[in-house]
Amino acid sequence: MKRRNGFLTAGLLLTCVLAALILLSFFWTPYDPNAMAAGPKFDPPSLAHWMGTDNFGRDIFSRVLKGAGATASIALATLAIGAVCGCLTGALTGYFGGPVDEILMRLNDALTAFPSILLALVVISVLEPGKKINVILALGLVFIPSFARVTRTAFASLRDVNYIKSARLMGASGARILAVHMLPNILPVLLPALTIGFNNAVLAEASMSFLGIGVTPPDASLGYMLSEAQGMLFAAPWYAGGTGLIIVWMVFGAGLLGEGLRRRDKEVL
Amino acid sequence: MSGELVLSLSHVYSGYQDGGGLFGKRERQEVLHDVTFDVRHGEILGLVGESGTGKSTLAKTILGMVKPDRGTVTHYTKRPQMIFQDPYSSLNPFYSVEWTLEEPLRVYGKYGRAERKRRVREMLDRVELPEECLGAKPSELSGGQRQRVSIAAALIRRPKFLIADEPVSALDVTIQAQILDLLRSLRRELDLSYLFISHDLNVVYQLCDRVLVMKRGRIVEQGTVDEIFDHPKEAYTKQLLAAAE
Repeated sequence: MKRRNGFLTAGLLLTCVLAALILLSFFWTPYDPNAMAAGPKFDPPSLAHWMGTDNFGRDIFSRVLKGAGATASIALATLAIGAVCGCLTGALTGYFGGPVDEILMRLNDALTAFPSILLALVVISVLEPGKKINVILALGLVFIPSFARVTRTAFASLRDVNYIKSARLMGASGARILAVHMLPNILPVLLPALTIGFNNAVLAEASMSFLGIGVTPPDASLGYMLSEAQGMLFAAPWYAGGTGLIIVWMVFGAGLLGEGLRRRDKEVL
Repeated sequence: MSGELVLSLSHVYSGYQDGGGLFGKRERQEVLHDVTFDVRHGEILGLVGESGTGKSTLAKTILGMVKPDRGTVTHYTKRPQMIFQDPYSSLNPFYSVEWTLEEPLRVYGKYGRAERKRRVREMLDRVELPEECLGAKPSELSGGQRQRVSIAAALIRRPKFLIADEPVSALDVTIQAQILDLLRSLRRELDLSYLFISHDLNVVYQLCDRVLVMKRGRIVEQGTVDEIFDHPKEAYTKQLLAAAE
């Protein structure tokens, strides 16, 4: 019996609509996001300007879409670094165990011991703040430990399962066992972790840009825009509102998606 | 049945490491003591004994998953294969039957796609499964069907020696009989030898040619099925037989 999975449907819907809007924004936005005087200054939301305009008369909806693109791409890149390195670490430690496991996991513990935002701040200050690539590297590093931990447990639990023993007996290489025989079976653990990681990455990027060490103009990310909006919170509350709405939309969509995936896989088991 | 050997163990001592980490103290658990026996070409050699007596460690040692501390394990055939007790964990749940059967051939790497498919179908036929099974995931199969798939996967590269660790003890009695029949006919058709590990003496009596009796990591008695079942010499063997009555 297939039960309806409302979480999955809602999550997919929200995420896909936003993803479509972001993709569209790479080619077309209602107004040039950086054009001054696209409309009157401090114009409240209207049909012409869905999220109003800011102190330069720039169209906030266009800017928010561009910003969402920047934030999402940084979050995805961060996630890619965190997930790939984390999975690799998890696979090596979980499957092979022994001294490699001990050393890598203690390093992992050391990374976990720092508050993640603080660690990212340190890394980014060392690298050179304000560059997109450095934000990605710093956040990516911070995201490795959680993925390593989650996947290590999953890989370790499969190590002595009979079908993995069979794979070893037939002479499959370690890499093949990890990538082909084990990886698909840890997807139920990995996919929800990816969506949660995406959310954390969005929020982390937003916080860092808000603090002024993330993305800097002319690139605008949601976090940077939020800090801009703070200065005109009373003159143009729609700026903060619109930006916040998109952040919530992004995080909420991915959260629902993750919960939906988790429930689907639970049903299968 | 000729007197050729497929496997011989000579004074094997083996065990496994217990615990230990970077700083933890490792303790060697000695499980097998002075194990010596041969598996002859074409025979089904039973291995009986209580649980925890080292039967699985013996299998692992033969397969090279555990290194013996002393003694020698000599294989006279290519890589032996193994089938496991629990048919629910011996097939990768993510993949279809066809993928699982094809995988050993893919890993071997000597056959093209068409040849692999042909061999998969041939082996499926040998284990008496319908072709519809190819697309099925393990979760859609019964225990008996899964065990047939495991057997097919183990045999698809045509090993000459197969270790079966309690292959029927998780199955219903009727299914047990079918799988035993299958193992018997496969031995004939594919010229196989088995080491058949079981705690079920009735099954061993039905299937095996010779029997090893194991107690606390030692082989206490070995002989043909008739010798062991009709004229047991050791007290432990008598005890096992009495318990199975």
